[in-house]
Amino acid sequence: MSKSLWIILVVVGLVAPFIVYPVFMMKLLCFALFACAFNLLLGYTGLLSFGHAAFFGGASYVTGYLVKTGGLTPELGILGGTLFAALLGYLVGSLAIRRQGIYFAMITLALAQIVYFIALKAPFTGGEDGLQGIPRGKLFGMIDLGQTYSIGGSPVALNLYYFIFALFCLGFWVIYRTINSPFGQVLKAIRENEPRAVSLGYKVERFKLMAFVISAALAGMAGSMKSLVFQLASLTDVSWHTSGEVVLMTLLGGVGTVLGPLVGAFTVITLQSELSSVGSWITVIIGVTFVVCVLLFRRGFVGELGRLLKKSL
Amino acid sequence: MELSFQTVMSQVMLGLNNGVFYAILSLGLAVIFGLLNIVNFAHGALYMLGAYVALLGFTSLGPLIGMPDFHLNYWAALIVAPLVVGAVGIVIEKTMLSRLYKFDHLYGLLLTFGLALIIQGVFTNFFNVSGDPYEAKPEILNGAVNLGFMMFPKYRLWVICISLLVCFGTWYVIERTKLGSFLRAGTENPELVKAFGVNVPLMITLTYGYGVALAAFAGVLAAPIYSVSPVMGSEMIITVFAVVVIGGMGSIMGSIITGLLLGMVEGFTKVVYAPASSTVIFLIMVVVLLVKPAGLFGRES
Repeated sequence: MSKSLWIILVVVGLVAPFIVYPVFMMKLLCFALFACAFNLLLGYTGLLSFGHAAFFGGASYVTGYLVKTGGLTPELGILGGTLFAALLGYLVGSLAIRRQGIYFAMITLALAQIVYFIALKAPFTGGEDGLQGIPRGKLFGMIDLGQTYSIGGSPVALNLYYFIFALFCLGFWVIYRTINSPFGQVLKAIRENEPRAVSLGYKVERFKLMAFVISAALAGMAGSMKSLVFQLASLTDVSWHTSGEVVLMTLLGGVGTVLGPLVGAFTVITLQSELSSVGSWITVIIGVTFVVCVLLFRRGFVGELGRLLKKSL
Repeated sequence: MELSFQTVMSQVMLGLNNGVFYAILSLGLAVIFGLLNIVNFAHGALYMLGAYVALLGFTSLGPLIGMPDFHLNYWAALIVAPLVVGAVGIVIEKTMLSRLYKFDHLYGLLLTFGLALIIQGVFTNFFNVSGDPYEAKPEILNGAVNLGFMMFPKYRLWVICISLLVCFGTWYVIERTKLGSFLRAGTENPELVKAFGVNVPLMITLTYGYGVALAAFAGVLAAPIYSVSPVMGSEMIITVFAVVVIGGMGSIMGSIITGLLLGMVEGFTKVVYAPASSTVIFLIMVVVLLVKPAGLFGRES
C-alpha cells in the first residue's frame, strides 16, 4: 500500500485528540487493534474464532489486577496482560486446531465460556462488578498517564492517548509485518487450500497455532489497553457478545483486508455511541447489520472498495 | 459431604432432565447440519421463542384477539409453538439461508448468529431479563411420583418421557424409514438425489423447519420448569455446542446419547463439587478433544 496513505493515517491519529472526543478515539484504537488481531486469524489464516473475547477480556482482567492490586506500572501491566493472552491463546489454540471449520468456531466459543465462568466466579475478578477504578499509573514510573491537559476547555488525558496510540501502532505494525512475511504467505496458502499446503511439506498445525497465538496476544494487548482507558475490566469484555462484535467489525470492514478492521471498528463503535440512546435495541441493530452484511456484502466496505478500484487494500 | 444414594440419584435425575433438553437441541442441530451443512446459531434463540409462544399464548393472545377469556393451554402450546417456530424457520431458510449454500459454510453460522442477536434483542426489550413464570402447567402433572428410590416431580418425569419419545421417534424416522433414506442420501450426495427426482430444496427447507420446531418443542417443555427469559436460549446454546463437539454431529443416535449422558454428568457434578457443575461439560469437551478429536461418535472428514 502507498506510503502517503500511511503518513496520512498516522497524522490523523496524532491530531485526533484535538478534534474528536479522545475517549472515543482511544476506545476506537483498542477495538481496532482487537479487530486487526482477529482478522489475522479469520482473514489471513481462514480460522473463525468465536471466542476472542476470552483473550481481550482475560488480558484486561490480568492488567487490571496487576496494576490495581499488584501496583505495577502500566507498561508492565500491559505486558503481563499480553503474555497471559498469548499463553491462553497457546492452550485454546492447541485444542481448537484439532478440529476444522465450524467445529473450530464452536470449540473456541465453548472454551471462552470457561474463561467467562472463571471471571464470574474467581475471588480476584470482582464477580458481577468486575474490576473497577483501575489506576492509570505512571508510565515507566515517570510519566503520569492520568494527567490531563485543557483542550478547548475540557480536560484531555493526552499522555494516555499517545501511549495508547503508540501501542496501537506497534500492534498494527506487528500484524502488517506478519501478513507480509514468508510466514504470512504460508498462512494465506493454508487459507486457500489446506491439503495443498500440507502436501507442499508445511507443518500446517504449527503455522495455525503460531497465528492463533499472535492473534490472541494482540487481542490481549488491546484488552489491556482498554482496561487502562476505561479503568475497568468487566464481564462484558469476556462475554460471547464481545466475541461476536469483533467478528462483525472484521466482516463489516472487510475480511482479509489490511484496513478493513479499522473501518469496521470505526463503524461499529460510532454506531454504538451514536445510538446509545436506544438502549438495548443496539443488540437488534448489531444483529441486523450482521444479517445484511452476510447476505449483501460479504467483502465488507474495504473489500468492495478494493474490488471497485481493482486494488488490494 | 454425605454422598447418599438418594442425593446422588435425585441430582442425576434432575440432570437427566437437563440432558433431554441437550439431546433435543443437539439432535436438531445435527439434523440441520447433516443436510444444510450449517451450524444453526439461532437454535437457542428459537428455543426461547418457543417458550415465549407458549407464555404469550397463555397470557396475551386472548386479549389480543378480543377474547379475554381465551388462554392457549399447555397441550395446545406443545403443538402450536413448534408449528409457529417451524414456520419462522421455513421463512428464514427460504429468504436467507438458501442464498448462502454456495459460499463458505461459516457464513451460515454468521447469519444465524445475527438472527440470534435480533430475536434475543427484541425480546430483551419487551420482557424482563430475569424471566417470567409460565403458570399454565396442567393440573394432572402437578405433584410427585414415587420412583422407589426417590420422590420425583411428575412434570419432570413427563418431560423426560416425552422428550425421549420425540428423540427416538426422530431417530427412527431418519434411520429406518423411506423418508429418512431420502434424507440420509441427501446428506451424502444431494446432486445424485436430485437426479432421482427428489425435490432436494424442499427437503432442505422442511428439514430446517423440523430442526427448529424441535427446539421450540423443547422450549415449551422447559417453560414450566425454568422461568421464561430472553437469555434462556443463549445460555443453552453454548452448552449445546460443547455437547455437539463432544458427540460429533455425524450421528443422530450419537447426539441423543451424548446429550443425555452429559446432562446426568452435570447433575452428578452438582453433588460432588457444585462450583464445577457449570463448566464440567466444557472440561469434558477439552478431554475429548485431547483423546478423540473427532468426537465420541464423529468421523473425521
